[in-house]
Amino acid sequence: MNLVTQTVAWLTNPAQWAGQSGIPNRLLEHVLIASISLAVALLLALPAGLAIGHTGRGAGVAAGIANLGRSLPSLAVIAIAIPVTVLVDPVLGGTVLPTLVAMVVLAIPPILVNAYTGIAEVDRDLVEAGRGMGMRERQILVGIELPVALPVVLGGVRSAAVQIVATATLGAIFGSGGLGRFIVDGLAQNDDGQVWGGVVLVAGLAIATEVAVGLLERLTQSPGLRSPGLRAVPEPAASSPMRGA
Amino acid sequence: MIDWTWLGGHLDAIAFRTWQHVYLAGLGVAIGFAISFVLALVAARYRILYPPISALAGFLFTIPSLALFAALISITGFSVVTAEVPLVMYTLVILIRNIVAGLDGVPTDVVEAADGMGLSRRQRLWRVELPLALPLIVAGLRLATVSTIGLVTITGTISDAFGGLGYFILDGYHRGNFLTEMYAGAVPSILLALGADFLFVRLQRRITPWTRARAIEATT
Repeated sequence: MNLVTQTVAWLTNPAQWAGQSGIPNRLLEHVLIASISLAVALLLALPAGLAIGHTGRGAGVAAGIANLGRSLPSLAVIAIAIPVTVLVDPVLGGTVLPTLVAMVVLAIPPILVNAYTGIAEVDRDLVEAGRGMGMRERQILVGIELPVALPVVLGGVRSAAVQIVATATLGAIFGSGGLGRFIVDGLAQNDDGQVWGGVVLVAGLAIATEVAVGLLERLTQSPGLRSPGLRAVPEPAASSPMRGA
Repeated sequence: MIDWTWLGGHLDAIAFRTWQHVYLAGLGVAIGFAISFVLALVAARYRILYPPISALAGFLFTIPSLALFAALISITGFSVVTAEVPLVMYTLVILIRNIVAGLDGVPTDVVEAADGMGLSRRQRLWRVELPLALPLIVAGLRLATVSTIGLVTITGTISDAFGGLGYFILDGYHRGNFLTEMYAGAVPSILLALGADFLFVRLQRRITPWTRARAIEATT
């Protein structure tokens, strides 16, 4: 039986679609831990990034932190986190918690960097106009800078989200749930159909995440900036995404 | 907490895995650069090809690495090819975009001056455009190398024969959270990534002293 028929057979087997280790439940687990870690990372990195972009203070420090965060191998972060998370919770600390830590740590750099470069790149004339109209600093940030920079800010969220989906997959090695389970279990059981079924699901989820946030980016771009050739905030030249997982 | 006897008895193994880590990462970045260089030159010359090339590289980049390694096992087996193909694939998007951005960043005046001096297209590329694109190309190599060093740890999921320092992380975990071994993999792999990052920053300054102002940092 070749790979394609094996994969289709596995994916269409009704047994795979029910119960705790079924596809719907694994998908739910994956989306859940990914959402939690993305929310935590946003909470930590977004306000800091916006403040740095607006004031211009602390950009060097943030770049340093982001660069350090990006350099960390995700597997290493999970391993380093285990002794700490085990102290927090003896059971979850050895499974899902270290993966959550890694997901948050690795999601912070792209959110932080894109938030502050996005805001910092907003046309200074716009900001000065706002100030001239008597807007407060907070109003300038929320009313002028954020709307203009939103696509760039969301670009960072997109990188972070895709990274998180990949790291959540890795978590399966360490006994956390999610779609990565099918890959890890399939490899252990020499079950090609299960491995490839898992691969299809994981890749599908990652691509869906990328497309969904990308769509949001497009929707949030101000209509005035949407016409081609008039993009006020082009993607930074070297805004290469990074991959840790 | 740290089992020093284990550590003392495994220095050779750690040295071997460190070398393997550097080797697997170096090979991936080297092949990735060769492919990216050609594709980027093609895309820069035939502009219409850039969006599809960039989109395809971006698409490959989206797929989680564990999925890619696992998928390849049933095709290329437990071979070095299974380890290298994803490593190479993930460097493409970073390198292609940086090389093209570097070439795009060459001022039109400079290109016109080169044409005016009678340089052929090839001479202009090698003597004018590529040297000016160098800062962004090196910036791309830096990101690609650091990212690949991280990914090498995951090649340990293919088999015990791979993984570089990641082998210790996985093996230590499978021995029931044997922390000494896990840290013997985690800490040096982080140092390796940070060390590579540092070396590239030095290289960047060395070959392009005029960019000492941290222009690239701001845009990454």
